Amino acid sequence: MATQKTLAATGNVLVAEAMRQCAPDVMAAYPITPQTTIVEEFAKFVAQGRVHTEYVTVESEHSAMSACVGASAAGARVMTATSSQGLALMWEELHIASGMRLPIVMANANRALSAPINIHCDHSDVMGARDTGWIILFAETAQEAYDNTIMSVRIAEHPDVLLPVMTTLDGFITTHSIDRAQVMDDETVAAFVGDYHPDLALLDDTKPPVSHGNFAGLGGPYFEFKKAQRNAIDRSAAVIKSVGEEWSAICERPFGVIEGWGMEDAELAIVAIGSTAGNARHVARELRAQGVRVGVLKVRVFRPFPFAEIADALGGCKAVAVLDRSESFGAEGGPLFLEVRSALYDRAERPAIVDYIYGLGGADVKLELMRRVFSDLSDIADGAEVPGRLVYLGAR
Amino acid sequence: MSWDISKIDQWKAEDFPRGAAIPDAGNSRDYVTGGWRSERPERDDDKCTQCLLCWIFCPDSAINVADEKVTTFNYDHCKGCGVCATECPFDAITMVPEGCELKGEK
Repeated sequence: MATQKTLAATGNVLVAEAMRQCAPDVMAAYPITPQTTIVEEFAKFVAQGRVHTEYVTVESEHSAMSACVGASAAGARVMTATSSQGLALMWEELHIASGMRLPIVMANANRALSAPINIHCDHSDVMGARDTGWIILFAETAQEAYDNTIMSVRIAEHPDVLLPVMTTLDGFITTHSIDRAQVMDDETVAAFVGDYHPDLALLDDTKPPVSHGNFAGLGGPYFEFKKAQRNAIDRSAAVIKSVGEEWSAICERPFGVIEGWGMEDAELAIVAIGSTAGNARHVARELRAQGVRVGVLKVRVFRPFPFAEIADALGGCKAVAVLDRSESFGAEGGPLFLEVRSALYDRAERPAIVDYIYGLGGADVKLELMRRVFSDLSDIADGAEVPGRLVYLGAR
Repeated sequence: MSWDISKIDQWKAEDFPRGAAIPDAGNSRDYVTGGWRSERPERDDDKCTQCLLCWIFCPDSAINVADEKVTTFNYDHCKGCGVCATECPFDAITMVPEGCELKGEK
């Protein structure tokens, strides 16, 4: 019988709690703001004997992900957490983890990248890792960060997938703010995630020896391995949905790869990821009360990107604003904008679409900025010209 | 389990073991690496005393021996490093460029 208790806790505490409940065999991690309290909290669980995890303290994130790759190839369930510069330092191992098809689960506290140095919320770190072959989930709230962490294990270890999963939450806004959340009992989580039975484990003495990390060059099948990897992440889309439905039935909280508010008949819509979806919804409620047909579309899964779902959700809109909390310098817009606009390309009817770069380095996402976006959309729907270039929302 | 890679050239993406793992041991012999070689060793049977030093030194186990005597080189795996030729105390091994006919030339 699933029982939940309501806690007041930070996103990081809840992610650490979820990790404890998933009982990884190995965690290799290095502290970095604003992720530190995840691994700090988890280290406390290890010290208290509340989880039997081999906790590897390493000298850098490069080593942290290297140790995770080794442990995962050995056949262990492996977890870690990082942020910003730490994720950047892991870059080469991120590709190795996905290329070796290792189901590592990593939490990322979304934070700006240097320079100039800044420790606050921004999606530049995770968006920089969007082509590393990892499945990428975004949480709006501490509750979603908790749920996503648990679901990540099942998604990563699913036989149709076997890919690493990055489960992300917004630095400080979600990692450090105390939020109300429901935490499942240990037994239910343990039963949901199940045991991990790797089929190609280096350290499984009962099976023929396996070697990992092999060479596939000089006309070898590197190309075919990448095709297999693409097939795996494509297959993960259905797995994410079914795992989400299964968890949703147990915890009684909805899960969708995208989540719409007012999208059934919205003429003007904001597309956002992470904590900002809440700010946008707050303003959307105000406008709805005034009779304006507005909606908010939140994207919870960024890789694999839910193209069809997003195109369906936005198809009936007149004007759409995409909010990007990261840059893709020199591109037509931010990473989310590029994907959303691409999702709409095959539609006969396409809404006008504008990109807003906002909140870089933790710049405040004030409600008046959300009001301005909806006001711009209203003007565009009434025939005003769509800004030819992206808009830096609220920047001086 | 015996891993058969004889048709590897015809395998599709999903036929390869996941993540480039090799799911069996003892099959490095099946992987032909001699194509890296730019020079190959040749042995003069008149000079050779069958001391087997080349067999001891070869880093790729590419000296074929039968009845405690050197017979031939395993050109599927010899990389042409020349260690055998350098170590041979009787100058019985010479390195000759690949792709050239040398015997009787000059």
